[in-house]
Amino acid sequence: MMKPHRKRRLTFILFIVLGLGATTALVLFSLSSNINLFYQPLDIAQGKAPTNVLIRVGGLVVPGSVQRSDEDLNSRFQLTDNAECVWVSFNGILPDLFREGQGIVSLGKLQENGEFVASEVLAKHDENYMSKEVADAVKNAEAEAKARDKKEDLCSPK
Amino acid sequence: MLPEIGNLALAFALGMAVIQFIVPLVGLANNQWRLVLLAKPAAIAQFSFTTLSFVCLALSFYWNDFSVAYVANHSNRELPVIYRLGATWGGHEGSLLLWVFLLAAWTFAVTSLSKSLPAMTRSTVLAVLGGVSVGFLSFILFTSNPFDRLLPIYPLEGSDLNPLLQDPGMVFHPPLLYMGYVGFSVAFAFAIAALIEGRVDSLWARWVRPWTQAAWMFLTLGIAAGSWWAYYELGWGGWWFWDPVENASFMPWLIGTALLHSLAATEKRGVFKAWTTLLAISAFSFSLLGTFLVRSGVLTSVHAFANDPVRGTYILIFLLVIVGSSLALFAARGSKVSVTGWFNFLSREFLFLINNLILAVVTITVLLGTLYPIITELMSIEDMSVGEPYFDTVFTILMTPLIFLIGIGPIINWRSHKMSDLIKRTRWAFAASIILAFLQAFMAQDRSLVDQFQIFIGIFLVFWVIILNFSDWWKRSYRGKSLTGLFRRVSLSSMAMYTAHIGLAIVTIGVVLSSNLSIEKNVRFGVGDSHDVAGYEFRFDKMSEVSGPNYDALRGYFTVSQNGNDIAVLHPEKRQYRASGQQMTEAGIDSTLTRDLYVALGDQLPHSDDWAVRVYVKPYIYCLWLGSILMALGGLLAMMDKRYRKKNRIIKEDADE
Repeated sequence: MMKPHRKRRLTFILFIVLGLGATTALVLFSLSSNINLFYQPLDIAQGKAPTNVLIRVGGLVVPGSVQRSDEDLNSRFQLTDNAECVWVSFNGILPDLFREGQGIVSLGKLQENGEFVASEVLAKHDENYMSKEVADAVKNAEAEAKARDKKEDLCSPK
Repeated sequence: MLPEIGNLALAFALGMAVIQFIVPLVGLANNQWRLVLLAKPAAIAQFSFTTLSFVCLALSFYWNDFSVAYVANHSNRELPVIYRLGATWGGHEGSLLLWVFLLAAWTFAVTSLSKSLPAMTRSTVLAVLGGVSVGFLSFILFTSNPFDRLLPIYPLEGSDLNPLLQDPGMVFHPPLLYMGYVGFSVAFAFAIAALIEGRVDSLWARWVRPWTQAAWMFLTLGIAAGSWWAYYELGWGGWWFWDPVENASFMPWLIGTALLHSLAATEKRGVFKAWTTLLAISAFSFSLLGTFLVRSGVLTSVHAFANDPVRGTYILIFLLVIVGSSLALFAARGSKVSVTGWFNFLSREFLFLINNLILAVVTITVLLGTLYPIITELMSIEDMSVGEPYFDTVFTILMTPLIFLIGIGPIINWRSHKMSDLIKRTRWAFAASIILAFLQAFMAQDRSLVDQFQIFIGIFLVFWVIILNFSDWWKRSYRGKSLTGLFRRVSLSSMAMYTAHIGLAIVTIGVVLSSNLSIEKNVRFGVGDSHDVAGYEFRFDKMSEVSGPNYDALRGYFTVSQNGNDIAVLHPEKRQYRASGQQMTEAGIDSTLTRDLYVALGDQLPHSDDWAVRVYVKPYIYCLWLGSILMALGGLLAMMDKRYRKKNRIIKEDADE
């Protein structure tokens, strides 16, 4: 026979182990389904970004690309890392600092046809500050952009 | 002249802090009492110099001295006086000066309120606090000096404070939050002193409790104020984003809450001694971690303005030294703090143990979600972020059992309790909560099944906690058969416990109902148009231009009516600040206890007079702040309990706690 206090201690430890196990499973599960990877237009052009998965895409808003609906809050615009472009469509209110040439990050899903449907559009609250991700994206794509050197027809309207 | 005085005072403060840190410890090692007793005057001198320095910076703002770089970067002649005061801590250097000023203030409070402490313990506590001050004062002086001058050529006009920070919230939120952050340093210092002396007992716990309660109260208010500020100032109606900066303040709060409870068990029953000291060390370590995250610029978030690797490295090293040395001390001496007492599965001690385990695990999951993106980025694996749903899911699931236990916590006795008695005392509350929760879920029939389920669980917990806490309070106080007995016959400590628990239940109402029942619509709105949102008719009357002290704005006039009666007029604004040219959205909000009506202007749509407008109806969101204030009130009542002010003698245990 086990002594009562030993038995109590054992039950307690079992209880803790079970609890921690369940928590670990919960954390791993919800972590794996809520990680939003960041992609830049170059990645999307190269087919590296998955479709229909929640991802983040960042870049500079291409000047002259912003189209807004006359009836509702739908808008479309292009994002670029100076190497490639991607079309983003968004139904909602654009942030205060959204403007052409500004670096933004958007959260949403890439469609089969290559268009990115955003559920959130974020711009940093500082005129001079570019989000680290966008700055890195532009830097990453620098070599590629130089190699192509065809900025004029880079972002053709669609 | 003034900035030089401030700078000099800061240098003197550092000198005093070094004395306060080293001399008493040397004295202790050599049994030289004169040296040990030097801790108190050194601490008072350090406080005076730090205060002088802080006042100098505030006055530089007041007098618009733009030859000081920090002032030039964070202020402007047009900035209203109250925001100039807020601007004192509106940037990196100033907020660190606030940090160190508040640390000195807490230290000063320890010197003047610890007459009952043995001189040795008091000196050790002051020495530890001095050590922390040394770290922060040198950090300010060598890497982030707010008094650096822009000489000989300085600007005639400052470049303005970030418009986001030009808000009454900015004046209150940081000092409250920092009071909380920094306040945990006192519990930390007591824990280190206890480990050095090898003594953790009821008396020690009784010394530490009011300090911890005070810090916890300030942190609660600080977090609530920050959340309220985000809600009305950021213009998208959210009140909690699981932003790393928010998490940085939330983690010390979670650990601080665990510490409050384990201290209670240590005082009353002499259990969890080692664990309590570890929690006291952890709470302050999380405060330091928060400071590191916010001040080093490792985060890319709205709040992180500073970006300088030297600073980050310094804080990281400081953090590692403090955490490392205190954990090493704990490893060496923690085992001396032996455990006495026993308890059953169904006992208040055991509930405290579960409470502590859950809070510790929640803290770890929040920490994981916060650091994961930084770590993967450092190891350059992938660029990613952890989405809010991760935090929401894990937090809700882990907190559910904890809140359930809050209902039975006050009823259960120390040592052991009979299950049959517990069932007898809770069955009516259980049935009533189930029925009320069912009704509330039934009323939300138009919602999805998941939402209804969440409402059911949430509202069940709310009533469960409120009914059981209140009925226990009632039962203990009703012996005098009068309503005033409710406040006279129960000790302040117990009253504090009920208040804080009921406060948490009220926060839960706000969380559950505002997240599950809010109606959020983004509308294209023309002047004269009306839109129906959740039974409220929003009418856009007109748009007019207004001027503030340092901005020009477009102000919208929205009338809200229900069943034909006008019930509110909302004035959302779109501001343009003159000095920086930055745009800000100011929401128009009408609050009552049961719902908030919220309107925020997006932008004017091209080729039309239409505006993009956010129109939100948020039920019970007011409960968030109301409940937080009740929780903080609980902290206040707890530290006012008479027994903390009794002199250094053994006090008979209160039978009812």
